[in-house]
Amino acid sequence: MTGAQMIVEALKREGVEVIFGYPGGAVIDIYDELYKTPEIKHVLVRHEQGAAHAADGYARSTGKVGVCLVTSGPGATNTVTGIATAYMDSIPVVILTGQVPTKLIGNDAFQEVDITGITRPCTKHNFLVKRTEDLPWVLKAAFHIARTGRPGPVLVDLPKDVQQGKAEFHWPEEIRLRSYQPVYDPHPRQVERAYRLLESSTRPVVLVGGGVIASGAHEELLELAERLHLPVTMTLMGLGGFPGTHPQSLGMLGMHGTYYANMAVANSDLILAVGARFDDRVTGKVDAFAPMAKIIHIDIDPTSIQKNVRVDVPIVGDCKRALEKLLQIVKEVGRPEKIWREQFKDWWEQIEIWKKRYPLTYKQDTEYIKPQFVIEKLYELTRGEAIVATEVGQNQMWTAQYYKFDRPRTLITSGGLGTMGFGFPAAIGAQMGNPGKLVIDVAGDGSIQMNIQEMATAMEQGLPIKVIILNNGYLGMVRQWQELFYERRYSAVKFQVLPDFVKLAEAYGALGLRATRPEEVEPVLKQALESDRLTLVDIHIAPEEGVFPMVPAGRATTEMILV
Amino acid sequence: MAEKKHTLSVLVENTPGALARIAGLFSGRGFNIDSLCVAETLDPTLSHLTLVTRGDELIIEQIIKQLRRLIDVYKVVDVTEEEEFVEREMALIKVRAEKETRAEVLRMCDIFRCKVVDVSPRTYTIEVTGPQSKLQAVIELLKPIGIKEIVRTGLIAMKREKKSV
Repeated sequence: MTGAQMIVEALKREGVEVIFGYPGGAVIDIYDELYKTPEIKHVLVRHEQGAAHAADGYARSTGKVGVCLVTSGPGATNTVTGIATAYMDSIPVVILTGQVPTKLIGNDAFQEVDITGITRPCTKHNFLVKRTEDLPWVLKAAFHIARTGRPGPVLVDLPKDVQQGKAEFHWPEEIRLRSYQPVYDPHPRQVERAYRLLESSTRPVVLVGGGVIASGAHEELLELAERLHLPVTMTLMGLGGFPGTHPQSLGMLGMHGTYYANMAVANSDLILAVGARFDDRVTGKVDAFAPMAKIIHIDIDPTSIQKNVRVDVPIVGDCKRALEKLLQIVKEVGRPEKIWREQFKDWWEQIEIWKKRYPLTYKQDTEYIKPQFVIEKLYELTRGEAIVATEVGQNQMWTAQYYKFDRPRTLITSGGLGTMGFGFPAAIGAQMGNPGKLVIDVAGDGSIQMNIQEMATAMEQGLPIKVIILNNGYLGMVRQWQELFYERRYSAVKFQVLPDFVKLAEAYGALGLRATRPEEVEPVLKQALESDRLTLVDIHIAPEEGVFPMVPAGRATTEMILV
Repeated sequence: MAEKKHTLSVLVENTPGALARIAGLFSGRGFNIDSLCVAETLDPTLSHLTLVTRGDELIIEQIIKQLRRLIDVYKVVDVTEEEEFVEREMALIKVRAEKETRAEVLRMCDIFRCKVVDVSPRTYTIEVTGPQSKLQAVIELLKPIGIKEIVRTGLIAMKREKKSV
């Protein structure tokens, strides 16, 4: 078998259904094999960054490993932003890159780049394959590493002569790596300690992170929260891990979190963090973060624990298994629900006061379209059932605040890296993985232009994605910071030229719609949702609307600017 | 929290890139490396790496966890946390040895049990092995005489076997 055949065979055995890629000289042999392999669908993107994000969006929305295939040199470097995005959010992606023949490596050959060197700090692991016979093992290991433990991107660099060489294909059914043994089962004594802390607390909060979604722990979480009557707040990555419409949900916390979520965390005496890593956008000023709280931290990655905040009960393990174990103790002890309710009664009363004092809100306007209103309408019209990708910036925060995500894997957003241009290609990946489901990309006029070339990809694949552009003519989040902290010196945030998005959509053969007045929002959104092809909706929103509440960077999360 | 020197013993897969991953981890996360020493073990598929770093308790905890997180890293032990351990370093010191100081240098070698490994009309090259405190003492004493060049291996360390009574 040739190396190229082995690569495609390995992909089949790993159950890969779709690959996002872009051909080139160094992967032409693999493309030749794909030509003969109709069972693997190849999605031809228009820029390799799009391929990496699409593979990522596919993975986030399906829970399967996303695969991306690009050529050497610029093909490989173009994926780097996509790889770093997946790495920061722990998304399982396998990136296959072509490489110049082994004898030319290090020679500054045409389209040569040291991609394993470049991606070492932003991949979970990477491989440079030097011998054809190593291919099955390496590819098996790549998928294994990508999906197990704390998931992440794995890059496999494939020199052209390795693809062309011949060897026998030995597929390892199981793989065991002595140096990589993620711990799934939590330490029972730690879980017991966690339970005892819950029992003795009076002001607990559950903090849900992306780990709940990655491990599929949402059902256990819901059961635990309901049984113990615990308030629950989510990080951006945790949205959907607990139903946003649930009466016990406090919504998102952190820099643009709700007033009541931040107040609850700040005044809590116990935080049960599940698969969250206490990022600076969540903690604000670390020294002032939850000063009275003991912290129980469940995470599969030991490095996340004790990295940013001190932890009282560290629980290394899979979130799902840890919560199962905790629930088991809850059941064994069998404390009646009534007692739990009684225990947290005063706490809930306090939370309700905060909720009433500053609910999530904005001022309606008859002249200008308010972006929050657009998201609320979108939520209403889709009954909260869409898969919603976002770009990065204000559009992302308004979506996080006003679209109540009830189920995991329905919000597709770049949390850690904050990659503008992520949402649209990620939506393409999500739609490929979820045919028949409604997929929306909420965008800004800035970020949509960062990967707008992928409209051709979506059209080619016949994907009926709805792109909702919240168009304020500004790089809105930077403008908001300049307004608040730089005395309105609007440096380089106003676009002097914007394309006519409706005409642009039409140029690609897509449907283009526009709304400029509040009363147009609902009919235009309805029309978009009924459309059966790629649709771009250009919504002209209030140009200087801000995202609130807001905790200024580096301040305590209780120091919120409220509208 | 007080900064403290820690000697870490790391077993790592003997693969290309493994060392780069470790070095990259330290530079990327802003950790310090005082010295680094690598060689093959009895099992040729594993390399042994002795790394001296410094930091407070939390930093050292992060360094150890981050090292363990690397796919190629098999085992990490903080030797400094062991009850008893042996630490050694070797240095080659080329010291000026003119007529009037040659005898003095040799006397010093004798006292510190150093070996003269190369002799030239105006220099001696001395091999000295021991804990870092000893190396430091030798260097300080030879400095006034005139050190021309010095090469150190970096520290290696090993846990002492428990002594049964």
